[in-house]
Amino acid sequence: MEIVVCVKHVPETTEVELKIDKSGKNIEKSGLVFDINEWDDYAVEEAIRIKERNGGNVTVVTVGDEGVDSTLRKCLAKGADKAIRITDKRINYSDPFIVAKILSRAIKQISFDLVLTGAQSSDDGYSFIGPALAELLDIPHVTLAKKIGFKDKHALVNRELEGGLEEVVEVELPALITIQTGINEPRYVSIMGIKKAMKKEIKVYSIDDLGLSDLDVGIENSWIHISELSIPPVERKAEFITGSPEEIVSKIIEIIKSRGLI
Amino acid sequence: MDIFVLAEHRRGEIREITFEMLTKGREIVEKNGSRLSTIILGKNIRKSAEILARYADRVLVIDDDRFEFFNSDLYQQALSKIIREMKPILTLIGHTSYGVDLAPSLAVSLNTPLVTDCLDVDLLDGRLTAVRQMYGGKINARVHLKKSEGYIATIRQGVITAREENLKGEVVELPPPSIAETVKKRFIDYVLPKIGEVDISSADILVAIGRGIKDQSNISIAEELAKTLGGVLACSRPIVDKGWLPPERQVGSSGKTVKPKLYLAMGISGAFQHIIGMKNSQLIIAINKDPNAPIFNVAHYGVVEDLFKIVPLLIGKIKEVKKKGS
Ligand SMILES: Cc1cc2nc3c(=O)[nH]c(=O)nc-3n(C[C@H](O)[C@H](O)[C@H](O)COP(=O)(O)OP(=O)(O)OC[C@H]3O[C@@H](n4cnc5c(N)ncnc54)[C@H](O)[C@@H]3O)c2cc1C
Ligand SMILES: Nc1ncnc2c1ncn2[C@@H]1O[C@H](COP(=O)(O)O)[C@@H](O)[C@H]1O
Repeated sequence: MEIVVCVKHVPETTEVELKIDKSGKNIEKSGLVFDINEWDDYAVEEAIRIKERNGGNVTVVTVGDEGVDSTLRKCLAKGADKAIRITDKRINYSDPFIVAKILSRAIKQISFDLVLTGAQSSDDGYSFIGPALAELLDIPHVTLAKKIGFKDKHALVNRELEGGLEEVVEVELPALITIQTGINEPRYVSIMGIKKAMKKEIKVYSIDDLGLSDLDVGIENSWIHISELSIPPVERKAEFITGSPEEIVSKIIEIIKSRGLI
Repeated sequence: MDIFVLAEHRRGEIREITFEMLTKGREIVEKNGSRLSTIILGKNIRKSAEILARYADRVLVIDDDRFEFFNSDLYQQALSKIIREMKPILTLIGHTSYGVDLAPSLAVSLNTPLVTDCLDVDLLDGRLTAVRQMYGGKINARVHLKKSEGYIATIRQGVITAREENLKGEVVELPPPSIAETVKKRFIDYVLPKIGEVDISSADILVAIGRGIKDQSNISIAEELAKTLGGVLACSRPIVDKGWLPPERQVGSSGKTVKPKLYLAMGISGAFQHIIGMKNSQLIIAINKDPNAPIFNVAHYGVVEDLFKIVPLLIGKIKEVKKKGS
C-alpha cells in the first residue's frame, strides 16, 4: 500500500509564555522548540504499521522552510521511506486553504492508496486541512480515526464522536483519513533508524515545480486573514494561592475545609 | 438575505450546539435584518423540525431514508446544492465530530471561504469576522475573511449560551436531492463506550491529572491523594491515550462531563476540549507550573507550582487534619 502522510513542524508551547510580535499578527518564535505536531506523530506511526503489515511505502510531505527537516528526518528514522518538503518564500502568510492546495498538487504527483493527516495542528488548530485536501484530491475522507482496518478495496474506520461514542464507517480507497491521538503508541526513534535516515533523500519543491504561481498562494489568495492576536480575556480569573509549599498546602486545606469537603 | 444554521442531531436528539448556533445566528440577524433559517437532514425528523421552528424563521427539512445516519459525503452533496441555489450569506456548522468531517470539503467544493472553530462570528459590511484560538487556548486571533458572496464558519461547542425562544418559524419540506449513484462512504454502526468500573460523573471530589504527571509511575501519588480526600481519580486525554488510565476516567468533549463539589486539576493545561467537561464544577483548584496555563481562566483558585512539591505535603496534611477531626 502506498501511503502519504502530511506532517507539520510546530512549536512546543504548553509550558512557555507566548509573546505577540510587533506586527501583532504572529507570536515571537525565537527561543521556541519545534517538533512534529502531536497528531501527525500518531499518523506517521499508523502509516508505518500499515506498511509493516501490508507492504508498500510511506512518504511524508510537508509545507515549510528548511527548519522543518528535523521533523522529516525523525519520520524517516521511524521508518518512512521518502520525504518531500515544499518550500517557497511566496507561501509565507498563506492560510490553510492554500496549504491544502499546495499539498494536493504535491500528492497528485505520487501514486497513492491512502493519505493520512493529523486531526488537527496544535498551533493553528483549524482541523481543516485533512478533509479540504481530500476534496482537492477528489477522494473520500474519514476524520478522527481511532482504529483503521482494511477489507478488499475499502478501509473500515472507527471514528470518534463525542462523549466516548464511536461510529464505524466504511470508505472506498483511495481515501484520506485524519488521525486522532491514542490510535496507537508512537515509537521512539532508534539509533539504527537515525543511521538509515541519513541516507534517505528529502526532495524539495518550489511552487513552480507544482505548477502553481503567485496567483495561487500568499495572503491575497487566502480565505483567512489574521487581523490581530491577543492574550485571551479571562473568564473567571483564579485567585492565586502563593507562599511556600507548606503555606500553599495550608491554604488549600482551609479552602476545602470551609466547604465541608473534609 | 439568509443566515443558515445546520442542525446537528444524533440518535433522535437535536444536539445543544444547534441551539447555541441559532442564538448566535439570531444575534446577527437582529443587527442586519436578514432571515434565520435552519436546515435539518434526516429520517423521521418532523418532530425535531417542529422544535427548531421555535428558534428559526424558517426550517428547511429533507426527510429521507438516506439521511438516517450522518454521512458527510451525502450531506455535502445535498447541502452544496441548497447553498448554491439559496445563496445564504453565512452558513454556521458545529465544530463537532460531524462538523469537522463536513465543513472543510463542503467549503472547498463550493469555493466558499470557511473559518473553523470560532468562539464568535459577525458580519461587518457583508464580510465575515471571527474570533478563534490558537496554541491550545493561549492566544486569541481576530480574523476576517476574503470578500465573498457567502461564508461558512464552524462554531466551537459550549461557548455561546443558548437562548430559549418561542417563535413560529415556517417549516419547508425540500424535495429529496439527487445523489451520485456511487457513494464512497457508508455508516456501519455505532460503538458505545464501555461501561467502566467507576463513574467519575457521580463523584463529589475529583483529583484530575494531566500530562504534567510525566510518568505512569507517578500516578500512584495522585491516586493516594484521591483516596485520602475520599475522592476519585480522573484525567485529561493524553493519560488515556497513553493507556495509563482507562477511558472512563477521561474528562472532556470526547470523555465525560463532570460537576463535582471539588475538581483538583494537576498538570492539566486547560485545552478547551478538557474545560468543556469540567468548567461547571463547584470548586476548581488548579496546580500548574505555568502561570499562563489556560486552566487558570476557569479555576477558582490557582497554584503556580510543581505538583510534585505540593501533592505529598497535601496528602500528609489531610491525613493530619482527618486524624484530629476523628
Ligand atoms: C476532537 C478532540 C477531542 C478531544 N477531547 C479531549 C477530552 O475529552 N479531554 C481532554 O482532556 N482533552 C481532549 N482533547 C485533547 C486536548 O486538545 C489537549 O491536547 C489535552 O487536553 C491536553 O492535555 P493536558 O492538559 O494533560 O496536557 P498538556 O496540554 O501537555 O499540558 C500539561 C500541563 O502540565 C503542566 N505541568 C508539567 N509539569 C508539571 C509539574 N511538575 N507540576 C505542575 N504542572 C506541570 C504544564 O505546564 C502544562 O500546562 C481532544 C482533542 C481533540 C482534537
Ligand atoms: N504546513 C503543513 N504541511 C504539511 N501538512 C500540514 C501542514 N499544516 C497542516 N498539515 C496537516 O493537516 C493536519 C491538520 O491541520 P490543521 O487543519 O491546521 O488543524 C495536520 O495534522 C497535518 O497533518
